[in-house]
Amino acid sequence: MIINHPLLGPRDSQEFTYLGDASLIDRPDWQAPDAVDQFHDYLYLRDNPAGEHRELWFHEQGDRSWLVVTRNVVTHEILNVELASDVARSRGRSK
Amino acid sequence: MPEHRLKALTPLAQARPVITTVGRITIAENPDVALASLAQRRGREADFTQRAEALLGFALPAPGHAVQGGDWGAIWTGPGQWFLEAPFASHEDIAAMVKNAVTDAGSVTEQTDAWVRFDVTGRNATEMFERLSAIDIHRMQAGQATRSLIEHLGCYVICREAGSRYSVLGMRSAAASLHHALVQAAEAVA
Repeated sequence: MIINHPLLGPRDSQEFTYLGDASLIDRPDWQAPDAVDQFHDYLYLRDNPAGEHRELWFHEQGDRSWLVVTRNVVTHEILNVELASDVARSRGRSK
Repeated sequence: MPEHRLKALTPLAQARPVITTVGRITIAENPDVALASLAQRRGREADFTQRAEALLGFALPAPGHAVQGGDWGAIWTGPGQWFLEAPFASHEDIAAMVKNAVTDAGSVTEQTDAWVRFDVTGRNATEMFERLSAIDIHRMQAGQATRSLIEHLGCYVICREAGSRYSVLGMRSAAASLHHALVQAAEAVA
């Protein structure tokens, strides 16, 4: 499997490690009044689509950047790769 | 000051750098490199870039690239992060030199003793790297650098001259294993 790194171009998947669903970026505010419920959903509730899935991958043996990879989990086709920092910023995060 | 009569050893624990020639490929340990890691601090990008360029005399390289100019070399290692290299004899205190230049706009760590550098030269060096790593070595042009796995070791490969001259930076604690891997791959294509 080849992941098309947004900065470095096509790279072999053996350089990457997988974390999980890209929704992990949307970490709830720990000071919210319903933080316990929000964290329950954040930790345990996942969509399990047979098709396109957005995932967090780490370029551990490369430049160590976090990526959001959109992958079809049925065909393994990789449809889009973005820097996770760009995705987080586009959702209003400061880092 | 006490007087120390100590002899420096190379990363391969020899008095002199090990230079191995296999067929047309030469693998030369190069201990004359001082290394520092330089990272830009968030919100200080403009100051950082200006101060780093004033020290180096050239612009910091873009992702996947390395630049050489005068005594200094810079290798892109990650977003907002570079390795700086310079001759050890004249830049033994490289981390302090770089920190004095970028001051509070960047973070610097000393890296010299963490790495071993092998300079690989020879016209079939690309065949050797084909066997060592997933790097697309044939597409690498002079001035490109990247990090990948060589025999399970995270290494930087810097292309000095496409097809014939490369540098490999690997962890010094595994210097002998990396050297063995390079020599074995060179023997396979000799």
